[in-house]
Amino acid sequence: MDTTPRAVTRLIEEFHRLPGVGPKTAQRLTFYLLRAPKEQAQSLAEALVQLKDRIVTCSICTNIAEENPCAICRDESRDRSIVCVVEEPLDVLALERTREYHGLYHVLHGAISPVEGIGPEDLRIQELLNRIRRDASTKEIVLATNPNLEGEATAMYLERLIKPLGIKMTRLARGLPVGGDLEYADEVTLTRALEGRREV
Amino acid sequence: MRDRLYRVEAIVLKRSDFGEADRLLTLYTPDLGKLRAIAKGARKPSSRKSGHVELFTHSALLIAKGRHLDIVTQADTLDAFLPLRENLERLGFAYYLAELVDQFIEEAAENSPVFDLLLHSLQWLGEDATAPALLARFFELRLMQYVGYRPQLFSCVHCGAPLEPVDNYFSADAGGVIDQKCVETQREKVAEHARDLQPISLNALKAMRYLQTREWVSVRALRLNAETHTEVETLMQRYIAHHLERNLKSVEFLRELRASVSAGRQA
Ligand SMILES: [Zn+2]
Ligand SMILES: [Zn+2]
Repeated sequence: MDTTPRAVTRLIEEFHRLPGVGPKTAQRLTFYLLRAPKEQAQSLAEALVQLKDRIVTCSICTNIAEENPCAICRDESRDRSIVCVVEEPLDVLALERTREYHGLYHVLHGAISPVEGIGPEDLRIQELLNRIRRDASTKEIVLATNPNLEGEATAMYLERLIKPLGIKMTRLARGLPVGGDLEYADEVTLTRALEGRREV
Repeated sequence: MRDRLYRVEAIVLKRSDFGEADRLLTLYTPDLGKLRAIAKGARKPSSRKSGHVELFTHSALLIAKGRHLDIVTQADTLDAFLPLRENLERLGFAYYLAELVDQFIEEAAENSPVFDLLLHSLQWLGEDATAPALLARFFELRLMQYVGYRPQLFSCVHCGAPLEPVDNYFSADAGGVIDQKCVETQREKVAEHARDLQPISLNALKAMRYLQTREWVSVRALRLNAETHTEVETLMQRYIAHHLERNLKSVEFLRELRASVSAGRQA
């Protein structure tokens, strides 16, 4: 007979439902929290509740935010003529860290992946199209989806939909990773790097 | 431990994120059939492996046997099928071919004709002269043959008589074509093993026979009218769904692509 208290098995089950967490890890996390001070458990619980209560989706860029519109969309100093399309909120953070980009964003929340059954209608593509049609200040769309097959497919799909609207479209340059050796590069990367070469 | 490392050539059929920055690959090999292996760090842009284990890449791999999962230690591209990656339609069909193989082939089941079929089809798919939808029909009929589900298109599956050059009936359930005579004279008996009986036109039957028996060099020149192609496509889709007992995800994607093309034309 399983004599584990219900509260313990329940938390194990909840952890186990999270991506990348197996049954062993779920048990370890649960027993860690069982032994941890009550404040720590409370703080975790509050963080979880706030995640759902305080986070909203920006109605302009569909990024996650504390307010709607988000801080970037509200920022008057940003260049409103250019919109950078990314797959995930984390990609916005990565691009912001460069301090090189001053335009706006649009978050798709994924990429086209027929293998996983993720099609164009599962992404925030319609929101992007509506936004472009509505807001005449948009002059350029930067496609910054991942340089893998899903990202490329998504970029090609967007190109097909947005090109007829007569807006300039650019794609992040794809090429050799910094710190890598040329001899290890695959042919797709090398071909793209050649295409994207520039004068020195 | 002996034989800890082994060499394979493989086509990457599927990949999913695994752990922090790894990828779990579903590989299709000529000698070992379908197998799964981890490509460590393949999601990092700096990884020297990632491009060589990208989806639909034909690569030479060195794999280390692991306790739970095998690990790719070296990868070199043999063919990346570059033209496929630059055209959304063709890419959509590549997803379809790979999903078909993934669904019909069991893990560790060796089937080298299927490997060659997939390898060649990915090459052909990238060629400008190839009509991707025609290639898909050719691929479907060949694949069914290689996995033991060859539909009978030359004689009636009910009475065995050679088929007359007229409109007949087709049943995935019964495994092929049933002639008019059997359907008209023994409809109830036929229905027992052919619950999904549907008409097949003479043109569609001829096209399917051609696809089933000829090599791609001949098939590629075939020009089917839209009506016949749609009929063959629908019959094959039902035939495949009958054997898989499920629908393929990439079919939905191909449908969406078609819709977006017509939407783009209107815009
Ligand atoms: Zn925003
Ligand atoms: Zn008959």
